[in-house]
Amino acid sequence: MSILLNSESRVLVQGMTGSEGTFHTQQMIEFGTNVVAGVSPGKGGSQHLGRPVFDSVAEAVIATGATVSGVFVPPAFAADAMMEAAAAGLQLVVCITELIPVNDMVRARAYVSSRGARLVGPNCPGLMSPGERSKVGIIPNQNGRPGPVGVVSRSGTLTYEIMQSLGAAGYGQSTAVGIGGDPVLGLSFSDVLELFAADPKTELVVMAGEIGGSDEERAAELIGRQYPKPVVGFISGRTAPPGKRMGHAGAIISGNTGSAASKVAALERAGVEVADTIEQIVERVSALLRRG
Amino acid sequence: MKLLEHQAKAQFRSEGIECPMGRVARTPGEAESAARELGEVVVKAQVPIGGRGKAGGVKVARSPEEARAAASQILQMEIRGYRVPAVLLEELLDIGQELYLGVTLDRDRRRLAVLLSFAGGMEIEDVAERTPEKIAKLWPDPFSGPLPFEIRQLTLNALASAQGEQVLERSRLLGLMVPLVRRLYQLCQRLDATLCEINPLVITRSGQLIAGDGKVEVDQNAEYRHQDLVRELGGDAEAASSGDDQLEVEARRRGLTYVHLGGDIGVIGNGAGLVMSTLDLVKQQGGSPANFLDIGGGAKAEVVRQALEMVLLDPEVKGIFVNIFGGITRGDEVAKGLIQARDELQIKLPLVVRMTGTREEEGRRLLEEAGITPAVSAPEAARRVVEMVAGAGR
Repeated sequence: MSILLNSESRVLVQGMTGSEGTFHTQQMIEFGTNVVAGVSPGKGGSQHLGRPVFDSVAEAVIATGATVSGVFVPPAFAADAMMEAAAAGLQLVVCITELIPVNDMVRARAYVSSRGARLVGPNCPGLMSPGERSKVGIIPNQNGRPGPVGVVSRSGTLTYEIMQSLGAAGYGQSTAVGIGGDPVLGLSFSDVLELFAADPKTELVVMAGEIGGSDEERAAELIGRQYPKPVVGFISGRTAPPGKRMGHAGAIISGNTGSAASKVAALERAGVEVADTIEQIVERVSALLRRG
Repeated sequence: MKLLEHQAKAQFRSEGIECPMGRVARTPGEAESAARELGEVVVKAQVPIGGRGKAGGVKVARSPEEARAAASQILQMEIRGYRVPAVLLEELLDIGQELYLGVTLDRDRRRLAVLLSFAGGMEIEDVAERTPEKIAKLWPDPFSGPLPFEIRQLTLNALASAQGEQVLERSRLLGLMVPLVRRLYQLCQRLDATLCEINPLVITRSGQLIAGDGKVEVDQNAEYRHQDLVRELGGDAEAASSGDDQLEVEARRRGLTYVHLGGDIGVIGNGAGLVMSTLDLVKQQGGSPANFLDIGGGAKAEVVRQALEMVLLDPEVKGIFVNIFGGITRGDEVAKGLIQARDELQIKLPLVVRMTGTREEEGRRLLEEAGITPAVSAPEAARRVVEMVAGAGR
């Protein structure tokens, strides 16, 4: 088992014919993902990477029964693409695109939720369920290894590092989810934690947060209310000064909210062990799984 | 992009939001003739930061001569590092009450929020901290915008915590707030702004609602849609960024994601989360990071070279730590790129590299042979660079 994505998931890729879309769709197929279609308005009827290309998500869904979309379209068109996917009835929309205007995201997020779809991202690496041989996004294939650890993180490369380090120590993942580095996101840490709580294959969760917003604090509240599985925390940006955007659009301490200290304190109050380094994450995972 | 007050007010007017009569002046002479038209005026420094009143950047002038003198003084000021490219002269308002009205991004609600308070004129952050009950909030549906009944309720909620006598009758206040809030919200959407703020929103003794000050911040990701505004900022842009960190201004010019932090260990990595955690490692080892520099997901040699060049512009830098997660990138390729960059830029400072990727052992061997310190783990790399910089300082 896994969360959000499994071997049954039928994936379409919006923007599959672009250069990023092509490269990463290839990687997704190599990983074993059941990619059933691509969508590129105006290129319907053609084939790409051995998959049929459609002009619209609705047409692709009718023809292929797709259930999940990966969005690789440029920032100016990404909000529209996400809304199109949700309108076509897809259950999960994963948006990799970075630099989307935030007011576009406010509308897209409201629209997608109103259609009952789940959104991961944007500005995220996507997600991977190694045991199910399925991924949507850009997490490097060789970093995935099946196992009992659920990983949820705001960042891309940090997620890969954590997966690789866990894997090297013999601990694979049920699902790894990168929720994204933007200020307006689809799934929050809390949303993903709730999914992991209900997944029998996930024994432990690694949650890697960073400065900005108060998603980590909210997740800590959830964990404090008798969360059923152990959580290992990690917060980056402890040395970040207030008011400076640290790479991610969402990684900024504004006024009194968003500091690493507040997030670490909230997690520790909830009984979460917060690691200082990735090496410590692995040590704590190892100790907790052996104990269990 | 932060608009200057006079630019924000030009946007307010175009949306039908009333502002005081005013003129922009870039010289004392222009200020004098503006004051001849306007009468008694307030002369305000046009800088993209708050606190200008306390810094002496706002003065009342009772005559054209006084306006000239005030402008002459203010135009020579530097307010918290920012040069003053222009002053705005405005008619004096007959202030009855000062409110706060803002539309701003609320990350937690994932929507724009409308904030209204009768504690206007103060920094809203201070009000939020000390007396949060004095701020009424509304989170409109982004497709419909704030609806009239929602705005009336917002106003009633704000009124409930208001102190003192009201200048306006309740019915008139409710009637005026509905179009005003709708216009400000529309403006925020039209400009792709993350903040549109009127503080103070003045209620004059004659019962008009007028924008006393204006703040607009346009989302950086949407600037491509607002090239007209970027151009309009044009001549003032240099002055408007004069108080910014000059290394950061240079990095923006080079298109690099760089934040100056003031320490002595330059840090380069790929991915914002990874770089932030690398800074934390340096600090944990007792070092002081000079900067944040994210070269993005891949690990291309040319980008690493540009990044090294940028980090070296900071004269405080005494050592460099490069932390690259390679994924499918080949470690030996990254190593070759780094060695070449080091040679081209003639870097003599301690350079510690931690990288992963396919063929990473070979990459490390190449680095070692070239006199660059390779490291297997990031904490080890952090420890070594901190030691080397401390050693060099002795």
